Amino acid sequence: MEFNAPAGENLFDKARIVGKSTPRIDGPLKTTGTAPYAYERHDVAPDAAYGWIVGSAIAKGRITSMDVEDARNAPGVIAVIAAPETKPVGTSPYNHAPLFGGREVAHYHQAIACVVAETFEQARAAAHLIRTRYDREAAEYDLAELAPQAPLADGGKALHKRGDFDAAFDAAPVKIDATYHTPDESHAMMEPHATIASWKGEELTLWTSNQMINWGKEALGQILGIAPEKIRLDSPYIGGGFGGKLFIRADAVLAALASKAAQRPVKIALQRPLIFNNTTHRPATIQRVRLGATRDGRITAVGHENWSGNITGTDGEDGTAQTPKLYAGANRMTANYTATLPLPEGNAMRAPGEAAGHLAFEVAMDELAEALAMCPVELRIKNDPGAEVPGDPSKRFSERHLTRCLKEGAERFGWSKRKAKPGQVREGRWLIGMGVAGGYRGAPIQKSAAGVRLSGDGMLIVETDMTDIGTGSYTIIAQTAAETMGLPLDRVRVELGDSRYPVSSGSGGQWGAASSTAGVYAACLVLRRAIGEKLGFDGDSADFTDGAIRANGKSFALNDAGEMSADGEMTYGDFQSDYDLGTYAGHFCEVAVDAYTGETHIRRMLSVCDAGRILNPLSARSQVIGAMVMSAGAALTEELAVDRRFGYFVNHDLAGYEVPVHADIPHQDVVFLDTLDSVISPLKAKGVGELGICGPGSAVANAVYNATGVRVREYPITLDKYLDRLPAIG
Amino acid sequence: MRAFTYQRADSPAAAAQAVAATKGAKFIAGGTNLLDLVKLEIEVPTHLVDVQDLGLDTIEETDEGGLRIGTLVSNTALSAHPRVRRDYAVLTRAIQAGASGQLRNKATTGGNLLQRTRCSYFYDTNLPCNKRQPGSGCAAINGVSRQLGVIGTSDKCIATYPGDMAVAMRLLDAVVETVKSDGMTRSIPVADFHRLWGDTPHIETVLEPGELITAVTLPRPPGGRHFYHKVRDRRSYAFALVSVAAVIQPDGTGRVAFGGVAPKPWRVEAAEALLPHGAKAVVERAFADARPTRDNSFKIPLAERTLAGVIAEARS
Repeated sequence: MEFNAPAGENLFDKARIVGKSTPRIDGPLKTTGTAPYAYERHDVAPDAAYGWIVGSAIAKGRITSMDVEDARNAPGVIAVIAAPETKPVGTSPYNHAPLFGGREVAHYHQAIACVVAETFEQARAAAHLIRTRYDREAAEYDLAELAPQAPLADGGKALHKRGDFDAAFDAAPVKIDATYHTPDESHAMMEPHATIASWKGEELTLWTSNQMINWGKEALGQILGIAPEKIRLDSPYIGGGFGGKLFIRADAVLAALASKAAQRPVKIALQRPLIFNNTTHRPATIQRVRLGATRDGRITAVGHENWSGNITGTDGEDGTAQTPKLYAGANRMTANYTATLPLPEGNAMRAPGEAAGHLAFEVAMDELAEALAMCPVELRIKNDPGAEVPGDPSKRFSERHLTRCLKEGAERFGWSKRKAKPGQVREGRWLIGMGVAGGYRGAPIQKSAAGVRLSGDGMLIVETDMTDIGTGSYTIIAQTAAETMGLPLDRVRVELGDSRYPVSSGSGGQWGAASSTAGVYAACLVLRRAIGEKLGFDGDSADFTDGAIRANGKSFALNDAGEMSADGEMTYGDFQSDYDLGTYAGHFCEVAVDAYTGETHIRRMLSVCDAGRILNPLSARSQVIGAMVMSAGAALTEELAVDRRFGYFVNHDLAGYEVPVHADIPHQDVVFLDTLDSVISPLKAKGVGELGICGPGSAVANAVYNATGVRVREYPITLDKYLDRLPAIG
Repeated sequence: MRAFTYQRADSPAAAAQAVAATKGAKFIAGGTNLLDLVKLEIEVPTHLVDVQDLGLDTIEETDEGGLRIGTLVSNTALSAHPRVRRDYAVLTRAIQAGASGQLRNKATTGGNLLQRTRCSYFYDTNLPCNKRQPGSGCAAINGVSRQLGVIGTSDKCIATYPGDMAVAMRLLDAVVETVKSDGMTRSIPVADFHRLWGDTPHIETVLEPGELITAVTLPRPPGGRHFYHKVRDRRSYAFALVSVAAVIQPDGTGRVAFGGVAPKPWRVEAAEALLPHGAKAVVERAFADARPTRDNSFKIPLAERTLAGVIAEARS
């Protein structure tokens, strides 16, 4: 069905299951270790051989020789697949870097060989016997060197102007002009990329860990040169993705090639030290923000330029993404430049664009507030743009409650206790500060399909290729189906992640929750109508509650319908293009900075979120607190360190790439406003999984400034960057 | 990981003999560091001699009023020992600042002294490293070196000894007891145990082939107030940028050693004599010969500021 006009009142407005905090139905499986992840699917391929991937030792150049004889003769080895002996696999539109084959090396740790053996240990040992020689090609790996010559992104179109920014900025009585640097970042999810591949004739099955089943199926068909219909992907449990598993990676490609060569199932997990350079990452950015305002704090000029790089010079990290949406200002300019930078492939990581963009833009707002001697909460409220999108007046906001988020957050956080002048609050050796940031993340919605089936014995089974990447998809889908069909939650079983099921939105871009539940709702409506036709009532107007159906004064039991099934899909009409669909947050943070050592300790964080109906407050809160942690990491600790001579990320393991630990994050609060967005879908719900990484890190950075009076514009804010600017000790 | 042979030893002398007799043999106890390195083929032992059956896992009082710590005492047990907590609190604090609870349960006293550097270039077998492959060069010197050494390093290697426990032991004048393959025993002050890199960064301690650590002895408690301030980018599971171990007496004199800066726990007695003159005097003297890189020159002011915080707390 097509959603072609804003939703009126519907069954979700008097919901009994949707919108209620519900523990994850897959929780017991996960906490008891019985949810099988891709590498642990012993049931599907008990005879799987083990693959081990060898990564390139150089970043750019050519393999001149590869000696695999010793590996082939090593104990237990079944097959060795060597890139120089293999025709390069195809490419799909989803990826930029080549995945396997040939002599050319495009980036460090690109897969160049795969050893298959009877045991994991044999494969690993044999892999170390492969001797490879290279011609190393020199290249420039320093974004700062490449940025000045980088072309505008989107084929030269990524320059957007309204009014006259230059004149307005020149004329502004109060202004700031600051440049910020965000580093390359890694998804660093717990579960490595992993795949078991098995061929039956020309048909290939992959048990894998992938966020986007249908993209994966199509892409793998293009990569291997086979029809997508011959491929099945199954990915029921995923141990985190954050965008790193949106695409087919070397584990899947090499498991498929190796399984063909070995003529039996092969399982491969990317070794942890390979993941950082072999897969994708969030590209580093350089961002210049210029803001001009009247003396009373009305913004008149907004300029935001962004530079990043990527291996093919396309699809960098666009830090300007939120800038057209957040605050008023008649004269505007945003520009996005992408350099060709032969580091490993940059690609989507949780809130691509906005996550890095807020680290610049929302700190620039703090700098402007200080220049105006104005409260940074008030500055943001004063520049609320109203109904029109300030960077694109052809669109209206569907719903936007940023001002409410900021006001409610300020009240709850005790913002009035903040001292405007930095460096004023001291507790013993600790310098205390508070920071605020606004947050915006787009709420894209995608068509999504599902199948629903009544078993005849009181169970409803939902099948869709939607994935649960740790987010709670199983539960919100069950809640949606239970609500729509009038069943208790325990009468619904949800089956996900199998490409044999109807094609869903998948999980990415924080669209999964809103899109997949709308698809399930559509399928349930088709089933309701079919039941009505069978039993003689109008399925749309009937009341489905507690396993009973009431229609036209008559009453039926849902079980009277017997075994029935229906497929449905929710699609979206053009009317949505008149709107900007977004989610908003007010983020607050208090930090303590050691006046001696400069160590920053976060004391408490609060995010007040506006994302329409919250389908499951419990799992939504988990999404937001996880994203806040990731944002704190971006602010304080996380950086892929680039060796600019050799062109690779040096700290390629979880010891060297420092994500926050529990001790870093003592207290977090999340508040959801009771808003509804009738433009997005019948459920009036938007995602939150990426909203939570858009702004908390800026609040951390602003709090560090408020504590110390030292502004660090180069992330992560580590103590070496400001030790010499801390107050003298004595 | 390359295939290796494995045996369990039943006495310290037999263990020492077994390792001395086989080229490429190594001891294994907790394995928290060695197994990681073996999997990455940074270490390629031909034979492992497991010493976990040797006992050597008790902490005993010495006649002099100190403690004798068996080499197989776990980090967890050592840090929790009542006498250690009471009289050698700097040691408890140092141990608990390191690794994670799970690792400390498995890591042993002797093994921890032999923990190898965490330099990223040592860990990547695609890159040159004089420590991993003598003569191949050092990728770290002009590379990413924020975490690496500022003093006691050489033109061949700028790695650090990464641990925390040994910094406290150095401060406490601990002594390492060993047995050699010929059955002879010897005592090595922790001060002399780790070598500076010089031209042979692959040789990290004064131990001879096959020489087995059997115990670490602590002399009588030093009294005073005990501090271990480990500065790092996150609050757990990270190696020190700089750590300061200190014992400060009521009169302002005391001892101080630094971790995360050198191939060994860095204690300069002539520098610590300046403690009553403040952190600047101590650090200027202790780091007089420092040769930091551009990435890690912050470690010297950081050492000073960290020590200043310790001194201020000691006075409070």
